[in-house]
Amino acid sequence: MSVLKAENLSVQFGNNRIIEKLSFAIDKGDYLCVIGENGSGKTTLMKTILGLLKPSEGTIEFGDGVKPNQIGYLPQSMNLQEDFPATVEEVVQSGCLNRLKNKFFYDKEMKQACKEMMEKLDLLPLANASYRTLSGGQRQRVLLARALLASSEILLLDEPVTGLDPERASEMYQLIHRLNQDGMTIVMISHDVKEIYQYATHILDFGNKVTFQKTKDYLKEKGIV
Amino acid sequence: MSILDTLSMYFQYPFIRYAFIVGILISLCSSLLGVVLVLKRFSYIGDGLSHVAFGAMAIAAVLHLTSGRLLLVLPITVIAAILLLRKGRNSKVSGDAKIAMISVSSLAFGYLLMNVFGTSSNTSADVCSTLFGATSILTLTSSEVWICVILSTLGILLYILYYNRIFALTFDEDFAKATGENTERYDLIVAIVIAVIIVLAMNLVGSLLISALVIFPAITSMQLFKSFKQVSIASALFAIATATIGMLIALVQGTPVGSTIVVMDVVVFVLMYCLSFVLRIHV
Repeated sequence: MSVLKAENLSVQFGNNRIIEKLSFAIDKGDYLCVIGENGSGKTTLMKTILGLLKPSEGTIEFGDGVKPNQIGYLPQSMNLQEDFPATVEEVVQSGCLNRLKNKFFYDKEMKQACKEMMEKLDLLPLANASYRTLSGGQRQRVLLARALLASSEILLLDEPVTGLDPERASEMYQLIHRLNQDGMTIVMISHDVKEIYQYATHILDFGNKVTFQKTKDYLKEKGIV
Repeated sequence: MSILDTLSMYFQYPFIRYAFIVGILISLCSSLLGVVLVLKRFSYIGDGLSHVAFGAMAIAAVLHLTSGRLLLVLPITVIAAILLLRKGRNSKVSGDAKIAMISVSSLAFGYLLMNVFGTSSNTSADVCSTLFGATSILTLTSSEVWICVILSTLGILLYILYYNRIFALTFDEDFAKATGENTERYDLIVAIVIAVIIVLAMNLVGSLLISALVIFPAITSMQLFKSFKQVSIASALFAIATATIGMLIALVQGTPVGSTIVVMDVVVFVLMYCLSFVLRIHV
């Protein structure tokens, strides 16, 4: 059964159809890369998967034990406020939001999970640091920790390496690759073809014609391999 | 007679005690709300709404509603708050213009109403006290005091109970929404709380000065502190301090309560702003 399945999905703003009759399905442990030019509908797709936008036609479905609110989401970091007063720990902790349910406060278990996640991503020394003073790479790690607390099944990343220097970007890709090897399903928007061709199992290309293929078929068709 | 003697004499009057209780609670409430509004870039909504409340107050005055005026003013302001928050979201520019339009037209409408239909012999004094608070904090009836105490306690309680959700939603609304938080409900609650606080705060500082109570404590604490928790707590403390000192000065010196509190807010902000520079140099 697929973890994420889009069927005949269309999304439109007013009369402007951004996504037209898109269908694809990925299984647990897949690594899907969404590529295409700016404005081609990548972020719109992401927002529809997240439930922030409603499809005008068709459906998006989750399966294999994943609930719609159990998605880890790493937004484009530039969309967040630069001067927000928050510590690293506070931001990471907010990843436990979907575990609160009817509770008001994070319990011991959630705080422990948060601590372990910070340790895993090397953030413990920064726990009390202000989010505003972090470097781009550190910020992305903080947001990744938050996303991973929200879900252990599927991770959505919207251009996770924007604004990072090549070395940090490559570290980020390796980190995501490791998560994928541990069984995490990845859906990522990215422009870095080198990493995409290396790591992704599937490619969804919002080109002139929208295609969804396994990476090796995609490369064959494009004559890259 | 020393200042302390004067004060202890004043505090024997129940209406002075009422004024302090209500003043501190309202300031505290507005400052917590201010943290959210400032961070969500909604600072001006408070200002716009206070003018709507002025217009509603004018209608209440013309209809000769005295004790029941909250029943009229509160719903009007709540509705305006819901409309402003909803529209302000989709398109930033037109949202801005909308707030300005609603705010000036309510002011004009309110003043016109009071002038044309007003029965009081001194319209400009009425208008002045609605705009700047004047002495209305000292003339609260005990039922008004109770309403203030209950509503502001409720506001503070809501902030504490929903603290973690408020943080997540303020920091990154998309993320919160994606993890299943009902952000529309949250917006609605915020709108209602803003409206309630603004109507309550009209008694204290009048409708022109309310924004100061909302914005200053939050901005002041953001100069000094880096975590959301510290900023929330510091805002509350700054609000209590400025309200208390402002009201004491007003009492002793006979200055208008509202503007004295706001001036204290400004003074404390300037001090903390300078302090933040000193700290930055030494760290």
